[in-house]
Amino acid sequence: MHEARAIDGRSLVRRRAGLRLWLSAGWLGLLCVVALFAPWIAPKDPLAQDLFLGRLPPFWMAGAEPGYWLGTDSLGRDVLSRIIHGARVALAVALIAGTITCLVGATLGLLAGFLRGWVDMVISRLIDIWMAFPPVLFSILLIAVLGPGLMSIIIAIVVIDWTRFARVVRAEAMAQGAMDYVASARVAGRGRLGTMMREILPNVLPTIVVLLTLEMGIAVIVEAILSFVNLSISTDDPTWGGMISEGRTSVHQAWWVLVFPLVTLFLTVLAFSQLGEGLKDRFDPVLR
Amino acid sequence: MSFLSIRNLSVRLKKGPPLLRRVSLDVAAGEVRGLVGESGAGKSMIGKAVLGILPPSIEVTGGEILLDGVDLLRLPPALRRRRIGALCALIPQDPLTALNPSHRIGPQITDRLVDILGWTRADADRRARELLAEVQIPDPERVLRSYPHELSGGMRQRILIASAFAAEPKLIVADEPTTALDVTVQKQILKLIAGMQARHGTALLFVTHDLGVVSKVCQHLSVLYAGMVVEDTSVADFFAAPRHAYSAALLAATPKYTDPSAGLIPVPEAVIAAVQAEVAAFDRSLADG
Amino acid sequence: MPVLSILLVRLLTTAITLAGVAVIVFFVIRVVPGNPIAMMLPPGATEEDIARLSALYGLDKPLVTQFGIWVSGVMQGDFGTSITTRQPVLDLVLGRLPATLELSIMALVMAMILGGAAALTGTRFRGGRTEGAIDVANGMALSVPDFLWGLVLILLFGVLWPVFHISGRVTPSLDLPFTTNFYLFESLIRLRFDLWADIVAHMVMPALALAIPLAAIIGQLLKQSLKETMNLDYVTLARTKGYGETRVILREALRNAALPTLTLVGVQFTFLIGGTVIIERLFSYEGLGNMAIDAVINRDLPLIQGIVILFAVIFTGVNLIVDLLYTVLNPRLRHA
Repeated sequence: MHEARAIDGRSLVRRRAGLRLWLSAGWLGLLCVVALFAPWIAPKDPLAQDLFLGRLPPFWMAGAEPGYWLGTDSLGRDVLSRIIHGARVALAVALIAGTITCLVGATLGLLAGFLRGWVDMVISRLIDIWMAFPPVLFSILLIAVLGPGLMSIIIAIVVIDWTRFARVVRAEAMAQGAMDYVASARVAGRGRLGTMMREILPNVLPTIVVLLTLEMGIAVIVEAILSFVNLSISTDDPTWGGMISEGRTSVHQAWWVLVFPLVTLFLTVLAFSQLGEGLKDRFDPVLR
Repeated sequence: MSFLSIRNLSVRLKKGPPLLRRVSLDVAAGEVRGLVGESGAGKSMIGKAVLGILPPSIEVTGGEILLDGVDLLRLPPALRRRRIGALCALIPQDPLTALNPSHRIGPQITDRLVDILGWTRADADRRARELLAEVQIPDPERVLRSYPHELSGGMRQRILIASAFAAEPKLIVADEPTTALDVTVQKQILKLIAGMQARHGTALLFVTHDLGVVSKVCQHLSVLYAGMVVEDTSVADFFAAPRHAYSAALLAATPKYTDPSAGLIPVPEAVIAAVQAEVAAFDRSLADG
Repeated sequence: MPVLSILLVRLLTTAITLAGVAVIVFFVIRVVPGNPIAMMLPPGATEEDIARLSALYGLDKPLVTQFGIWVSGVMQGDFGTSITTRQPVLDLVLGRLPATLELSIMALVMAMILGGAAALTGTRFRGGRTEGAIDVANGMALSVPDFLWGLVLILLFGVLWPVFHISGRVTPSLDLPFTTNFYLFESLIRLRFDLWADIVAHMVMPALALAIPLAAIIGQLLKQSLKETMNLDYVTLARTKGYGETRVILREALRNAALPTLTLVGVQFTFLIGGTVIIERLFSYEGLGNMAIDAVINRDLPLIQGIVILFAVIFTGVNLIVDLLYTVLNPRLRHA
């Protein structure tokens, strides 16, 4: 009787976590589809300006123009189409920058945590130095150096955020390295690299996957922030951050230019982070 | 009328199995009652129920706890808390974890006097010094200003005993107060508790698994098995001739100080089976109404 | 004695960190395309003009020499001259620092109040609906960074229900009698509550945006550690003394539970200060971060260097202070 109850309670928690996981994955999946087929889905050309159609309100308000579902910005560009095309930049940055950051950071963290010694000292010092930089200012500086563009954003994110992975993975690898099973693998004659890849890495992997999901959300935000200070891609190309930047200046005249990209960005960041949290609850015995 | 009178107290894990099965026992004013049983028999649970500190996962399903004639279980929580705070005290099991690490010793003894009983700070401080002297702590002034981590385990247990007697409670629950201590210190602490109890005339509910301790300190005892009182008798009668087979086996299993080479005799399986059958029969009789 | 040696080691690593920051920022920004001197001269300036001005700022010398000159200047408290405003970098930076400090500290206080309240309420009503609601709110607040909260706040309290200012540090038309740049603090000292109210009305939104994620972290950590503490023996003992639940939480559990949270709050506070850069931009708040972004856009190399170094000093300083504070608050460490 008592046993059955306990199992019920646990499955309820799991079901709720599962719902969170499915909702986040659903939203991100939808975004991926939208981004892939943007030219076919978007009702208008995201770059087409029409000064006679400037600051049209969304469809349910008086003065709306049919076809412009979420209204237009001050240059008469369709908000919905720009959000749809903006998803391409956001997701590209999330996937590419997130993955590369993860590879670089996790490798350095693994090396530092497992090899220890001077390798750890150098990497730890580097992490300390990185942590002393204000990250947003650092990214803006890097974009100023590299020049605007998708490639620059990705490089900037990798250069700045590798410490997120390195810090956690290093600590984790150290903890795992102290366990008996690692010692016995070494005694059994496995080499250092072999031990690291086959004994330590699999145990740290769940943590890395969770961090990767969170990093993708962060990458989307960084791109938006850089677009917001006009350093991302060119100012014409549709990005959520660029739209928010424009919306911020005209928020009193046309709130929808700010609200819709903001809601999209908000949901996307929330989805990435909830996906990470959900994966953490489900798979990662260490972070749980 | 006894000072503490527990009538048919039943306690269980929320929606779970019973932990106490209609427990009844009395502690008269100034009397010492031992509560013995194996771990898990529910002896600590009784002390916790009296003091109102059952964990949230456990609920009382029936019975009464009459403290000086008033049923604690029927009082609203705030009143119950104040009544327990004014009349009862606890000597906890582990002196290393029972003192707050971030407060000095002094306030930990006096706070109840000032906050709950309305003493002046000066009176409370004087009382604390007297008590520390009574529990034979040298240099009370220094100890009162110390933090717990600066003192030894035995010292801390003396402080907890002093603190329990601070407000002259009518009833003290001692929850295995010597179990966590070194054997050498155990005897001193036991003597100290017994002496303090006698001087202050406090009723004592002494929870222990050690029948040797019971023989030294208690006048009455209750033997528990699976949350059920299997024997309730005077200590003299018990050691002369335990009535219940389980009690007798428990007594036989206790190492003799006079003959350490005798070795331990485990409680025979037949006795355990018999007492388990008794518990099952009891549960059935409850279910039948 | 060990405390002293620990402190020495900490100071040494701090010095290494700061030196690393100095090297990186110096050489990175010198790769920036675009000649800052050419940008500040009017169109039609000759090559000669540019060369002359470059020499004035020392930009014609080899990089390593430039670095040497800059470092030896910094050692003597001279951070160089801003290229755009032609004022000493130190004056500019110190002039803006109070604004950013006031904003960060206000955000920290808000985060501690909000997070502390959430943790205490959640602990007081643990196991119930209230705790569940607090957990959900914490999760949301934690998932979304300060930049987005800032935008949400602008929409809610700047546009939809305009009760707070969403731009600037103080209403520009006001006459300010201040001698320092600690407006918030000085207006209180001078008992100018009208000005104080205006300054606070400008600061609430950016400070809240910075505070929300930190409040969530404090709320989560503190609640967890409070709940663990509430099961300890000394808390149980306090209950038998007649104290109520709220009093037990506040007096017996809070202090011990707060210690582990504190170290983490230190690191998180540096993240919060880092966040001021974009939040100040978002709310047009005249602090260091806003100035930094302008400096990058204008290629004002000496100013960028100065600001980055100052941020690094603040970050490492905060971490040092938190470690010391931890020692002071934990009696066990104090006597060790």
